[in-house]
Amino acid sequence: MAMATPAPVLRMSGIGKQFPGVRALDGVDLRLLPGEVHALMGENGAGKSTLIKVLTGVHQADEGAIELAGRSVAFGSPLEARQAGISTVYQEVNLCTNLSVAENILIGREPRRWGRIDWKRMRARARELLARLELDLDVSAPLSAYSLAIQQMVAIARALDVEARVLILDEPTSSLDADEVGQLFRVMRRLKDDGIAILFVSHFLDQVYEISDRMTILRNGRLVGEYPTRELSQVDLVAKMIGQELAALDRLHGEAAAFDRPLVEARELGRAGAIEPFTLTIHEGEVVGLAGLLGSGRTEVARLLFGADHAGGGRVAVGGAPASLRTPRAAMGHGIAFCSENRKADGLIPDLTVRENIILALQATRGWTRPVPREQQDELVERYVKALRISPPNPEHLVRDLSGGNQQKVLLARWLILEPRLLILDEPTRGIDVGAKTEIQRLVAELSGGGMAVLFISAELEEVLRLSHKVAVLRDRRLVAELPNGPELTTDVLMETIASGGRT
Amino acid sequence: MAAMRRLIWPLLILAALLLVNVAFIPGFLSVEVREGHLYGSLIDILRFGAPLILVSLGMTLVIATGGIDLSVGSVVAISGALACLQLSQDQGVFTAIVLALGLSTLLGAWNGFLVAGIGIQPIIATLILMVAGRGLAQLITDGQIITVNDPAYKLIGGGYWLTVPFGVLVVLAVLAITAFLTRRLALGLLIESVGGNAEASRLAGIRARGIIVMVYAFAALCAGVAGLMISSNVSSADGNNAGLWIELDAILAVVIGGTSLAGGRFSLGGTVLGALIIQTLTTTIYSVGVPPETTLLFKALVVAAVCLVQSPAFREKVFHRRRRPSSARPAEEKVRVTA
Amino acid sequence: MTTLSLGGGRAVPARYVPVLVTGCLFVAMFVVGGIRYEGFASGQVVLNVFIDNAFLLVVAVGMTFVILTGGIDLSVGSVVALSTMISASLMAGPGWPPYVVVPLVLLVGSGLGLLMGWLVHAFDIQPFIVTLAGMFLARGLCYTIGTESIPIEDATFTAFAQTRIDLFADLWISPSVVIAAVVVLAAAYVLHYTRLGRAVYATGGSEQSALLMGLPVGRTKVAVYTISGFCSALGGVLLSFYMLSGYGLHAVGMELDAIAAVVIGGTLLTGGTGFLFGTVLGVLVLGLIQTILSFEGTLSSWWTKIFIGLLLFAFILLQRLFSARRRP
Repeated sequence: MAMATPAPVLRMSGIGKQFPGVRALDGVDLRLLPGEVHALMGENGAGKSTLIKVLTGVHQADEGAIELAGRSVAFGSPLEARQAGISTVYQEVNLCTNLSVAENILIGREPRRWGRIDWKRMRARARELLARLELDLDVSAPLSAYSLAIQQMVAIARALDVEARVLILDEPTSSLDADEVGQLFRVMRRLKDDGIAILFVSHFLDQVYEISDRMTILRNGRLVGEYPTRELSQVDLVAKMIGQELAALDRLHGEAAAFDRPLVEARELGRAGAIEPFTLTIHEGEVVGLAGLLGSGRTEVARLLFGADHAGGGRVAVGGAPASLRTPRAAMGHGIAFCSENRKADGLIPDLTVRENIILALQATRGWTRPVPREQQDELVERYVKALRISPPNPEHLVRDLSGGNQQKVLLARWLILEPRLLILDEPTRGIDVGAKTEIQRLVAELSGGGMAVLFISAELEEVLRLSHKVAVLRDRRLVAELPNGPELTTDVLMETIASGGRT
Repeated sequence: MAAMRRLIWPLLILAALLLVNVAFIPGFLSVEVREGHLYGSLIDILRFGAPLILVSLGMTLVIATGGIDLSVGSVVAISGALACLQLSQDQGVFTAIVLALGLSTLLGAWNGFLVAGIGIQPIIATLILMVAGRGLAQLITDGQIITVNDPAYKLIGGGYWLTVPFGVLVVLAVLAITAFLTRRLALGLLIESVGGNAEASRLAGIRARGIIVMVYAFAALCAGVAGLMISSNVSSADGNNAGLWIELDAILAVVIGGTSLAGGRFSLGGTVLGALIIQTLTTTIYSVGVPPETTLLFKALVVAAVCLVQSPAFREKVFHRRRRPSSARPAEEKVRVTA
Repeated sequence: MTTLSLGGGRAVPARYVPVLVTGCLFVAMFVVGGIRYEGFASGQVVLNVFIDNAFLLVVAVGMTFVILTGGIDLSVGSVVALSTMISASLMAGPGWPPYVVVPLVLLVGSGLGLLMGWLVHAFDIQPFIVTLAGMFLARGLCYTIGTESIPIEDATFTAFAQTRIDLFADLWISPSVVIAAVVVLAAAYVLHYTRLGRAVYATGGSEQSALLMGLPVGRTKVAVYTISGFCSALGGVLLSFYMLSGYGLHAVGMELDAIAAVVIGGTLLTGGTGFLFGTVLGVLVLGLIQTILSFEGTLSSWWTKIFIGLLLFAFILLQRLFSARRRP
């Protein structure tokens, strides 16, 4: 980076954005150079998505200025931003899968002759754009015929049709497998060579280091700094994102203790397209960590053990006796509980109160004919609201109004009152603040100390190491290794295991 | 208390309608006992509104699960037709009623099966029975209007018991049972949970399918009772016209009562109010002297007004300036009233 | 979790399957009818289906637009009735000439549709409820104009109604069929070759995505209800040719027939998938059921409803299996 930097194609300076009660952005600067991949980094709530929304015209900034190619601009709508050459591809592919590939690329700008859509030219143009991404698709096939990765490429092709100068990729890789990520990166490099500035948002540090040239780090709505990627170590990056030096985290569990009472034994359990058959034993009082990248099959393992999905084959024994886990209800009958990763979609009922959400699973096990008596409800709910420090501590508050961390605790409370034998926690600490995170980690340790088995899934390897007695490593929807936790097991070892697929 | 706040709009509308009646009809509010029967305009509203309230109660639970049942009108016709057919073939009243209600429940379970078992959108699944059910009703009556003359059967829709119209008693009983099942027992919580987030409910161990089938069966059972009431009141069964469009009135009553068509929270009290508003509206139109032909016109206006008032987008646009400064969160969330 | 399906195209004509099934059904019904009944297997029988259902066809075309966006229009039957009522009363009462009345009726219908579309779009109210209000409103307006049937005696109208357009070999159609055919062709053109048409499909596929792709979703929604209002009004005009009267009880339940025709024609009620040609087939199938019943003689009219219900069931089940298979 010693050579003279070219003039930035985009310069945002002093951007401020206030939402009722929240200062989402405060004096944030962002510079994008032509022909670079620029990573926008930050924890959840750092202000990344607000900044992107300001840039793409979804929100208007309260303060600050945006300059595009040297000219001051202000976008009133996403459409205006697009027309100015700023295109966005979101995490969820925002295309119409019922339409053809060609239409998805060109709809709204179809080539026309006398007002009539010229389908032939449209298909040709679509093929042309896809060729730029080294893709050869049947452009008249409906988009639904293609995989998510391809759909993402189509979204990029769409973004490129307008003379894009800035391309924003908002977590494009979260649902892609390794090969698909590779394909995406090839495309990104190609676009970079064409002089397009790419703003890349990803939670995968490795990917950021692989593809990005520079990065801008945000924390709590403020700018931390702008750094060339190769000059910032991963540890420094994490420290800047979190805002504190990573204290050497104590392991909450010392060594792998001897567990001799198997609780749940899965033998060759699997489901086509979701997870290869795996064998895993979870003992009473044991915390088993599941490590692996997003999409490696972590959630799929959890869902099979809870009966949320039907297993395609294999056997499960609970407490030594064969068990059929065909439905969540059946799994609950065996004392298995599951806090799902996606709180909003698979966990909470937003319109119900904290109390109702907490007693829901208990009520479900009793059936509708035997209501939990109100006094018992109040007593249980109060106990857990207190124990988990759910705030506000009003059981009649609607869950939708709670913060993410408190929602997570409500979900946790729902399962804890069932006093399960195996608690499956899928990313229980994602998207919640540091304080709540530590509390949940402590709680896990306590619960396992009390004899409960825990299957703990987290994207953060440190967290997995900190809590688990044993770590099962997943890669590409296969369980590749089972490692006892101990001083010699470090995040580096885990990462190597993930990278090598356990073939060491 | 929060539940009361939600009922404030329907209550106000009902009060306004009643006031209009009071202004136009002398002695509108007076209720007297004549020949051992309660008489009065208010009693009439209750009496004629009874079938609609019944159908609406069932509809409330269906809508709370995030569904809708278009077939209740056809079920009303089928139930009345079957009961009258049985009576005309000299079967006992009891047999006739049991058969009619049994068939209704079965049809409801069929709807529930299509929705929960096969996974068809509720509006479409129940459309099937809405279309075919009318034909079925006419098939039962052989296209004729079956007239019956059975004093015991007449009691259901036209009779009195302890001075009170029997239909009103039936409504009270069904309301009490529904309230008991949903609010004293845990059915209500599970229904609201399924309607609020079906997948999350499944993962919480709720047997959503069973609940959905049950709710549709219950809605059809309510419609069946309403069908008996309607046919009993006119002592005949008309497969073509009995209960025509009652599903629309019932959906309207539920919406007026503050239950969202998206599912989730429901209010039985609100639904009863909603049904009463619709019935009172009809009465009002007569009493104000507007030609009865325009009832539909007024209904259209009420639907439009109620929906607009309940639409968050409308509220935001109209009450935009007043809401903004005080609200701590986006207006969209603010308008959701705590229940 | 997202399961990735294999890349690469699937056998293309999958989306044509429902239409093909409907087409086969129509042919099968026709063949069975031809074998069973004397005089059934003639071209005129098919043409009669068109003649007797021209108005339904026009209404179903409008409904197809609405359903393709994922909406629904319950008001069509009432708007048809209102159109007959306005036509009849204006020609019978003040004696307005048809060339004033018909455009006026079309304007009223489109206006009602526009209003409903605007309510759906601007206030985000469910189409089901808005068009329910529209249904009440239009029926209410009918009864406000008059509760009795009003005969149409206007010379142009009656002449038009009795015109037979002779085709080859003793076959004939009515002018209504020509109008319906023009509407179908125009609508097919709009759906396939204009931006509005493609926006209709996109909106039905995913409203959210369509918005993010910068498509005028709001305008599209308003447009489809306006189109549906226009088609209903035109259907009403055709019905008044057919009935030569205006009556508030005309076309009761026609919204169900129109929806049924669209669904049987293979259009997904969730929106985004379907063809206008399917709707034409759907109307033909419905019409042929009635023809068969009339040939049968002994079967009563209510069997029509039962058959339509069964057909609906079969097709919805087919759609369901189809979409279940498509989702990985």
